[in-house]
Amino acid sequence: MTHSPKAAVEMRGVSKFFGAFQALNAIDLTVAEGERIVICGPSGSGKSTLIRTINQLETIQQGTIKVDGTELTAGGDNVAKVRREVGMVFQQFNLFPHLTVLRNCMLAPLKTGRATKAEAEATARKYLERVKIPEQADKYPAQLSGGQQQRVAIARALCMEPRIMLFDEPTSALDPEMVKEVLDTMIDLAREGMTMLCVTHEMGFARAVADRVIFMESGAIIEEAPPEDFFGAPKSARLRNFLGQIA
Amino acid sequence: MFRQFGPADVLYILEAARWTLILSAIAFTGGAIGGLAVALARSSQVTLLRVLSTGFIRVFQGTPLLMQLFLFYFGLTVLNLPINPLLAAAIALTFHASAYLGEIWRGSIEAVPSGQSEAATALSLTYRSRMRWVILPQAARIAVAPTVGFLVQLIKGTSLTSIIGFTELTRAGQIVNNATFDPFTVFGLVAVIYFVICWPLSLYARWLEGRMRRAYAR
Repeated sequence: MTHSPKAAVEMRGVSKFFGAFQALNAIDLTVAEGERIVICGPSGSGKSTLIRTINQLETIQQGTIKVDGTELTAGGDNVAKVRREVGMVFQQFNLFPHLTVLRNCMLAPLKTGRATKAEAEATARKYLERVKIPEQADKYPAQLSGGQQQRVAIARALCMEPRIMLFDEPTSALDPEMVKEVLDTMIDLAREGMTMLCVTHEMGFARAVADRVIFMESGAIIEEAPPEDFFGAPKSARLRNFLGQIA
Repeated sequence: MFRQFGPADVLYILEAARWTLILSAIAFTGGAIGGLAVALARSSQVTLLRVLSTGFIRVFQGTPLLMQLFLFYFGLTVLNLPINPLLAAAIALTFHASAYLGEIWRGSIEAVPSGQSEAATALSLTYRSRMRWVILPQAARIAVAPTVGFLVQLIKGTSLTSIIGFTELTRAGQIVNNATFDPFTVFGLVAVIYFVICWPLSLYARWLEGRMRRAYAR
């Protein structure tokens, strides 16, 4: 067991059940601060469920999860505290359709009381600039392309100044020509030292930025390795089989 | 022995229509407050709230409005309160509207994709903020057409309060008819007044529905 003080996420023996179905089976995972993790595996393997437990969009039945030293499962204000430090980007973007891009980005900082209106707007414009769509600030999500919407979703999460970012198949719902703009945004974020956990099948992205790639199947971590070993010398037959299918 | 149906009767009926509108307004306002509470309880994570609100809806949707009016009317006397048709009618119709609006609005809340709530949760918004700023504004757009549709039902439903002796539009018609015995003219006029109140609302509901369908297709 590693108890590094710099651990951003520490999961110990995490199990999750949906009724009789076990979605996560005794997961142990430590993510260091600044580390970039890519999680892949066949659909239904529990990879989305795994990252969704980190901000408690999914509750767990067994085990412990610590985020930046805060124990998520201990109750009290801990869940709220962790959610303030963890940003999330979803497959379906989940932008708020009734609010403009700018308002989407300002809502959480305003309503959680972390910023005044002027501060929230300045922060929103800063991050929209970062994801390279400042000119879309006054449009509604439905007026943007998928790739633009996902970049807004990234900016919206960044406006809460998170220390950890979770990406749940961020490019899976995009047309092929829009995947690159989103991946480029994520690569920029990785270069700036953000701690990232990404569920994705974009193996090019994994090779380019991941410190570690994790392969999951049936709710368990089967193999984890730095990308060169993960792709160059997969140990388990199941991973070799999986890599053969997606290549 | 019967007097002729005349302008004074028309005026009397028109004045009584005011009570139909007042009662509808009370029931709709009360029902909106009760309905929001029922809708939030029905879509809540707390089991007890869900069970209680579901029971409330079952009871008020599963019994005739007329029985509810009787029970509240005679219930007042059981509680040693003075018999007051307006009070009984207002309470019964408020509960009735709460149950129906609660169910309409629960459906609207649940029609907002779950990803919206998840995104708001991940942004560390509290339940209150999620509802106020993310879910309810979207649910309201979905709800507005069926809500106006229900309002039409409610206005017509107030005619039942004539049976517990509340002098609204229908009761005024009965009173005039008892004196003039010209039922076709009297109740024809009463029906026309209901129609004049309800028809524009129905048109409005249909217009809202059309606008709603175009809403996100900007």
